[in-house]
Amino acid sequence: MHPIYFLKLVLRNALRHRLRSGLTALGIVVAILAFGVLRTVVDAWYAGAAAASATRLVTRNAISLVFPLPLTYMGKIRQIDGVKSVSHANWFGGVYITEKNFFPQFAVQAQSYFALYPEFVVDPGQMRDFLRDRKGAIVGRKLATTYGFKPGDQVSLRGTIFPGNWEFVVRGIYDGAEAKTDTSQFFFHWDYLNETMIKLAPRRANTVGVYVVGLTSADRAATVTAAIDATFRNSLAETLTETEQAFQLGFVSMTEAIVVAIKIVSFLVIFIIMAVMANTMAMTARERTAEYATLKALGFGPLSLAAMIFGESLAIAGAGGLIGVVLTFPLAERFAAEMGSLFPVFNVGRETVAMQIAAALLVGAVAACLPALRAARIRIADGLRHVG
Amino acid sequence: MKIPFSYTFRNLWTRKLTTALTAGGMALVVFVFATVLMLEEGLRKTLVETGSHDNVVVIRRSSQTEVQSVIDRVQAAIIESQPQVALGAGGERLVSKETVVLVNLIKRDTDRPTNVLIRGVAPQGLTLRPQVRITAGRAFRPGSSEIVAGRSAAERFKGAGIGETLWFGLREWTVVGTFDAGNSGFDSEIWGDAVQLMQAFRRPVYSSLLFRLNDPESFDQVRAQLERDQRLTVEAKREKVYYAEQSELLAKFIRYLGLTLSVIFSVGAVIGAMITMYASVANRIGEIGTLRALGFRKRSILAAFLTEAVLLALVGGCAGLAAASFMQMFTISTMNWQSFSELAFSFTLTLDIAAKTLLFSLVMGVVGGFLPAIRAARLKIVDALRAI
Repeated sequence: MHPIYFLKLVLRNALRHRLRSGLTALGIVVAILAFGVLRTVVDAWYAGAAAASATRLVTRNAISLVFPLPLTYMGKIRQIDGVKSVSHANWFGGVYITEKNFFPQFAVQAQSYFALYPEFVVDPGQMRDFLRDRKGAIVGRKLATTYGFKPGDQVSLRGTIFPGNWEFVVRGIYDGAEAKTDTSQFFFHWDYLNETMIKLAPRRANTVGVYVVGLTSADRAATVTAAIDATFRNSLAETLTETEQAFQLGFVSMTEAIVVAIKIVSFLVIFIIMAVMANTMAMTARERTAEYATLKALGFGPLSLAAMIFGESLAIAGAGGLIGVVLTFPLAERFAAEMGSLFPVFNVGRETVAMQIAAALLVGAVAACLPALRAARIRIADGLRHVG
Repeated sequence: MKIPFSYTFRNLWTRKLTTALTAGGMALVVFVFATVLMLEEGLRKTLVETGSHDNVVVIRRSSQTEVQSVIDRVQAAIIESQPQVALGAGGERLVSKETVVLVNLIKRDTDRPTNVLIRGVAPQGLTLRPQVRITAGRAFRPGSSEIVAGRSAAERFKGAGIGETLWFGLREWTVVGTFDAGNSGFDSEIWGDAVQLMQAFRRPVYSSLLFRLNDPESFDQVRAQLERDQRLTVEAKREKVYYAEQSELLAKFIRYLGLTLSVIFSVGAVIGAMITMYASVANRIGEIGTLRALGFRKRSILAAFLTEAVLLALVGGCAGLAAASFMQMFTISTMNWQSFSELAFSFTLTLDIAAKTLLFSLVMGVVGGFLPAIRAARLKIVDALRAI
């Protein structure tokens, strides 16, 4: 048969039961949409690890993150061969107005920290203001948009780990150098934290949450890691050093059960829609049994019949899938806005789109298998006798 | 007059593939719906039953969790001497001054580290929590480097089994027993002597205090006393309330994610049911005409087709529920974001959940079957009879 006629026939067939085809396509739109958003949620989970640099190590207390490290380690780490620079950060864990407004806050050694993270792009003027102001803070673009922070704004946080009410002045806003950079963080001066702790709880002063270590080159990671941990072995605060990526993946693995559940569910939705689509094709093929027999009697081979059914199924699934992919982007944007800073980075990846399209085509192909087989095998006499 | 039930049933039976596919899709949706409810119930049970109504937890004000809380010895002594604190059989005050830290332990199955909560308790700690029973080995001896592990902690972490040893705080700790806390959150913890753990971690302060009230109704009074006292910066909560709050975020997340998924999935399943029912109507136009001509009312036709859809949904619902009930054999472990420690909980099926699930499937059936049933009922007798 001429390909144009073939395509025409397939299209006509697909549009014969408008309501049924429409409903099926709608189901596929919903499924592909859900699949895409779920995959994006999983990607967002790994965003921290994806944005990690290979030339940065994180050193923390070997017992767990809850225990701090002494400030004196800074000099010792810097002496180790292969270390280019060292900075440190403390997780602050403050509450902005209510517990609902969660965003990460770090007390950092400002100059060295921003030097280690070139992906946090700050206007030099704002940076100067920040360095001059002991109570100054630098916030990410996304955070600033969410809460309307502008340079000069006062921000008050209620400490959970460090007691008291803490006042900050926003001095600058940082942008991410790449789309995967987390711009929902809040940085302020560790000195401000430390001076207050010296007064309030001297025992907890001069301590650091984690050290961030910059390497001269990425291939020194293994030796430097071992050297740092060896330096502090058998001390009161033993250390555990990992690459930044391993450190971030550690957090992901703690909530792995949830990630796995989301992944399973994202495939389950494809299964469900496969059942719906297969049902549609099975019904369609059953109704047209007599027609297929007629076509066979006219001389069409079993392969062309199978191709027709596959074509129809793929056309419906493809159309639904396409609409689904297109709708994923605005929905993901909306979802990210609703979630606020829970997912700092929430982008629909190229891989996700590829998987969506593949899933739609797979659904179409699988649904057509059984009906195509039946149509190809049908005997003309039986088929003509068949009443839909 | 009603159309006999066997007519409806046989209609489903003749088209087995379509029935199976539609019911299968619905079963998957029902399965997801049920497992989410079961997970939420399991989490609720685990954390709510961790606490007891007449126990009071005291933590530093606005520290949210025990891990972040600090109570020094002077404050602890003041709290301990409140007149509402119950006395034990030997006249001792039923107070457990506890120290709570997080330690990184390696999971047995994945070899990955996770935060485990280590709780140093006073000898009264066990009396205050009657649900905790030593099931193997013995309790730790005060003043020694001995620890006991909760049932699920012993199963999941390397070195936490009975007879094994753990290394933290520059000491080797021997696990001398395991305890069962009746599926509560304590099952994911490891307990030792508070004094020894404070030594090991170089912490001169407690994390929290737990005491029993001599009169369960005197809670408001003791809370007012503690929060009014100028020497203290603490907050007091009933133990039950404290643990319920700990799970709030995780429970909310599971509920929102689960319900969103259920809604999306049910759209798919309803569409599947609708397609099936529309086809079922279209195939039987002549039959419907005959039935009407025989004197069956529109109402009866509507009822027959609705029954068919509901029956279809019920088959799916029962299959989904049966599959979900098998999930009770699995235990989920994930990090609780609020306490930052690992928590194990299992899927719990209750009668209430079973009823909700079946109701959900019935609603899907009615929604999916309603429009096609109306179409069937509205057919004009003459047109329908002519369609053969």
